[in-house]
Amino acid sequence: MHPQALVREARAKNLDVISICDHNSSENVEQVMRAAAGTGLIVLPGMEVTTREEVHVIALLEGLEQIRILQEQVYRNLPGQNDEDAFGVQAVVNAAGEVEGINDRFLIGATEIPLKDLVDLIHALGGLAIASHIDRQAFGIIGQLGFIPLDVRLDALEISYSLGLAKGRQIYPDLADYPFITSSDAHFIKDIGRAFTRMYLEAPTLHEIGLAFRKQQGRKVIEEI
Amino acid sequence: MDLKTIVDTLGLEPHCCADKLTGKVTGGYMGDLLSDVMANSAKGQLWVTRQVHQNIVAVAALKELSGIIIVQGAKPDQNTMEKAQKEGVPILGSTLPAFEVVGRIYRLLENA
Repeated sequence: MHPQALVREARAKNLDVISICDHNSSENVEQVMRAAAGTGLIVLPGMEVTTREEVHVIALLEGLEQIRILQEQVYRNLPGQNDEDAFGVQAVVNAAGEVEGINDRFLIGATEIPLKDLVDLIHALGGLAIASHIDRQAFGIIGQLGFIPLDVRLDALEISYSLGLAKGRQIYPDLADYPFITSSDAHFIKDIGRAFTRMYLEAPTLHEIGLAFRKQQGRKVIEEI
Repeated sequence: MDLKTIVDTLGLEPHCCADKLTGKVTGGYMGDLLSDVMANSAKGQLWVTRQVHQNIVAVAALKELSGIIIVQGAKPDQNTMEKAQKEGVPILGSTLPAFEVVGRIYRLLENA
């Protein structure tokens, strides 16, 4: 997506904080952060990593330094090469939306990183680990692994935009102790803001989001409409 | 058919519980999505999968499957082995792809 168009759309949809979470990659994060500078929109670096078990996990990180470390680990453990005819061109764009490079790696593939190792790494980098779209069978932690393994400490679980938080709570009463979020998972500009999560925070930062997930110091995720 | 017969005929490598291969195999199930295996497999079936995560042991124990064959030379995680030992779930290995393994087991069970 064109970074400036992305930022404009996010502002138009009244979003305060977004995260760019490309599959197994973060090369477009910095340009979006630059495009957002001065607009009032906060952009958190992120990535949606596919674990060895083919579970999707969203990593939300503090800054570019942290995302670079995660990126290195992901690339080191990501076999294969992209097939542009089958999967499309993976472009790396600059602030003006011009293509500066092509990412050749097999980004839609699975890394060789086990789920627990990935979550531990995200935490070691001071980040938050969120299981993506748990209600979807494919690439959702419950679909892939049957249940959430006890040795994995996820910070939150994502319910897909099509289902919504209220239905998510009805369907997963056993997961009542986990914070739930929902998001647009936008792959196209028009889909930005089709779903979002409201939180009560003192400031739009990763640290505050962590507090909200843990219901600490009055911060919280607001699930009621 | 005894699990041991299948193990010997196919030359499967026991990753765990080599002494517990006496169970009866009533059929087979193939799948890497554990939610699907939990929903659709049946007691006594031999499960063929590529998934090595420790949750496979819980699923196999829950559904009382006769064992798990991990294909394509994939090695079960350490946690998986420990859990399998504890639960007494036989885990076997094959270097062949799933299609081959399933085909051979199917033939064996049909001709039994």
